[in-house]
Amino acid sequence: MAERIVVDPITRIEGHLRIEAKVEDGKIIDAASAGTMIRGLELILRERDPRDAWALIQRICGVCTTVHALTSLRAVEDALDIRIPRNAELIRNIMHCVIYIHDHVVHFYHLHAADWVDIPNALKADPVATAALAQSISKWPKSTAGYFRDVQNKLKAFVDGGQLGIFANAYWGHPAYKLPAEANLMAVAHYLEALDWQKNVVKIHTIFGGKNPHPNYVVGGMACSIDINGDNAINIERLNMVSRLIDEATEFVNQVYIPDLLAIASFYKDTAAYGGGLGNYMCYGDLPTTHIRDSASFLFPQGVILDRNLNEVYDVDPRDPAQIAEFTDHSWYENSKNGLHPWDGETAIKYTGPKPPYDTLDPTGNFEGKYSWLKSPRWKEKPMEVGPLARMLVGYAKKNAPTHDLIKEEVDKVLAHLAVGPEALFSTLGRTAARGIESRLAAVWLRQFFNELVANVKSGDQSTFNQDKWEPKTWPAEAKGVGLTEAPRGALGHWVQIKNGRIFNYQCVVPSTWNASPKDHKQQHGAYEASLIGTPLAKPEEPLELLRTIHSFDPCLACAAHLTDSENREITSVKVLG
Amino acid sequence: MAREETFYGVLERRGVSRRDFLKFCTVMAASLGLSSSSAATIAEALETKRRLPVIWRHFQECTCCTESFIRTAHPIAGDIVLNMISLDYDETLMAAAGHHAEAAAKQSMEENRGNYILAVEGAIPTGDDGIYCCIGGRSALEMLQEEAKGAKAIIAWGSCAVNGCVQAAKPNPTGSVPVQAIIKDKPIINVPGCPPIAEVMAGVITHILTFDRLPDVDNEGRPKAFYGHRIHDKCNRRAYFDAGMFVQNFDDEGARQGWCLYKMGCKGPNTYNACSNLQWNGGVSYPIRSGHPCIGCSEKGFWDNNGGQSMYTHLSGVPGMQIGMNVDTIGVMAVGAAVAGAAAHATISAVTKKVGESSEPNDK
Repeated sequence: MAERIVVDPITRIEGHLRIEAKVEDGKIIDAASAGTMIRGLELILRERDPRDAWALIQRICGVCTTVHALTSLRAVEDALDIRIPRNAELIRNIMHCVIYIHDHVVHFYHLHAADWVDIPNALKADPVATAALAQSISKWPKSTAGYFRDVQNKLKAFVDGGQLGIFANAYWGHPAYKLPAEANLMAVAHYLEALDWQKNVVKIHTIFGGKNPHPNYVVGGMACSIDINGDNAINIERLNMVSRLIDEATEFVNQVYIPDLLAIASFYKDTAAYGGGLGNYMCYGDLPTTHIRDSASFLFPQGVILDRNLNEVYDVDPRDPAQIAEFTDHSWYENSKNGLHPWDGETAIKYTGPKPPYDTLDPTGNFEGKYSWLKSPRWKEKPMEVGPLARMLVGYAKKNAPTHDLIKEEVDKVLAHLAVGPEALFSTLGRTAARGIESRLAAVWLRQFFNELVANVKSGDQSTFNQDKWEPKTWPAEAKGVGLTEAPRGALGHWVQIKNGRIFNYQCVVPSTWNASPKDHKQQHGAYEASLIGTPLAKPEEPLELLRTIHSFDPCLACAAHLTDSENREITSVKVLG
Repeated sequence: MAREETFYGVLERRGVSRRDFLKFCTVMAASLGLSSSSAATIAEALETKRRLPVIWRHFQECTCCTESFIRTAHPIAGDIVLNMISLDYDETLMAAAGHHAEAAAKQSMEENRGNYILAVEGAIPTGDDGIYCCIGGRSALEMLQEEAKGAKAIIAWGSCAVNGCVQAAKPNPTGSVPVQAIIKDKPIINVPGCPPIAEVMAGVITHILTFDRLPDVDNEGRPKAFYGHRIHDKCNRRAYFDAGMFVQNFDDEGARQGWCLYKMGCKGPNTYNACSNLQWNGGVSYPIRSGHPCIGCSEKGFWDNNGGQSMYTHLSGVPGMQIGMNVDTIGVMAVGAAVAGAAAHATISAVTKKVGESSEPNDK
């Protein structure tokens, strides 16, 4: 007889996610992923000036800050055929690399680590042995016995104080925790260090965009001017600060994050046996080395992998209505048509779930009804997983991509270190490892983009903004565009239609909608749901392994559920021009 | 008894000396902009109090406030969370999940009835009985009404909780409202901004801890220490405003020289916030300094304050948003004053020199 478990809220994520799962014989046999909050930002964008869209839509998410701004800029610039200066492209790439690094480190230590690290157990560690462990995996200078003893004393005082705060009521002591006490103590120390460190790397956003979270951009380029002889623009002092912050970020990734990740992973190879889920992976690609229209130049290549087959990579064209469509069979909408391309998107919300407070969103017992605010986007009617694992797999498999060799080398290095084969990638552990691998790459590319910016400025080009099409009178009466990025959590697309200088329609299909989506018209599960099926639970009343698998995706639910159309307005069908 | 342990007690057992503790109090006083004599008050407060319980709720939001909070440089977030407050519920950071998480919140609120701070990040959707935001099967609306009852005070973090922000922008599809629209019988500290500056958030919390009272607020409930002036008042480009030297287009010669962004739609003259004073991310920069006009993100209804026009529209063209006079007139007056030597600001010499060259380089 299957048992029903509910985890709501899933904590240590962005937004509001509920998981209901059926458990039998210590394993999850079915699961439903439900987004339980909605705001309606796309509707709010209508009738506004498209030059303002990036700012408003950036507020989809403050954890993946900047990525919705960047995607919106690309969509509007695509629609209005605006080309941005080389410096602006490079600065945007720099800011984009920063968010990969920041987001992934914060995810690993502050959102994901408590799934692997039994924090109170660190009190049992020997600081001398902890220092020996830390020094054996990294040359990070802080790794002394005294340092770890100090952290342990801090933790002891905290625990003894009786107010456990953010560490209260967790699954501590759960049998699925497998780290020795010394590894737990090392991770606790680095949890605190990472919390302090993360505030610095984002200063690169502050220099170019004025603040973080939610730095500023501008349609047509960047608002930060460069003047190497100016005292109120990007000059050598500002560039020096960026350079130093890049060095510090790179050092932390290579000397703390990656060694910790590999050390922890080596104790959890069992998690390479489950959590793989769909086996379908999709990337739009990103980080243009020439310009955004040249997808062949992307450092993250685009492509689709089906059924874990790394011998074939399919092309993806998000402009093609036959490729991307959203279904609402299990979502709280009453659209007149199902399976529409975002260009034709219809979003008539109609809540049919239980009135709160409720115990379940599934009165039928089989997840047959509607249970989420998220729609179900599909590629050629197939569910897809997006994110770091998808990016690493597409890079690994796509032999003609410019970064194929580099990505393959980095992935193989990690597989060799853990003494596992490529099949281990299709798992909970694989997802978490892929995030680390691409952080290393992002740090390398961050430095490259910065060096290129300096070289370009040195050559005499200080331009950061293209004024040509700033004025609405220069725009066509009707235009449409698409903006695509690889956000930290995966493939992100914004589709915009502009009429008479105003936004006529705006649609976002975001990474966590792909991953957290409910079932579709063919009753195919979304990526979270599929990954949970088969996940073992040592203690179903404390579903630690469930959290581990869900957190391996780095959920972001404010991103995933942001649509509404309370007026039930039907959106005009529009063909996309290539 | 462990539950009554004080902040200094924790430090003492961590091996922190009395001397270091007092030094810390002095630094903290300085970072709050207080005189050195306040250090003794801080020390006394921290020696006699147990950590303040905080229940931090997330409703209709994007978590930018929490992200900003963890960026604080003084004090750092780790110290606040582990040593100063007891963050008994926060979905983003807490280890517990599901009903265990909700149980932690409930236990803390019961044990600390009348003494906990309810921090709210996000707006509250009121449409259709609050079904647009549910946590643990309960609506945000019900949770706020329930949990406010036992709170000592409420901190409304960010423009969502203070003014509704983005989801409450027209046409507000989910009937989204701020905390103050629902809770009428508790002190509410409004900390607007999208997000608020990290050190402002840390400052609000440490003010309560240190002085054992809520900060003084203005008529919109905002702490005077951080929202007492317009960004315009302390802007690093202010001298150019006074001199009538304006950026006409992004990346024009004036932009590279760092002239005033007023004509690019800057809302600095109408926005109360600490950006130009404290700056962002440890004082590195703020939007205007980095070349973008202020979008007024701490002001009520800022997404709809442009009279239906772009946010880049010059304020003088936005009905009701003028700052009293035509900028060109102001400019001419101010330049006159500067030339006459009436102002002694350090940048004036640069300004007058530039005025001599050209006041509006790209004015076609």
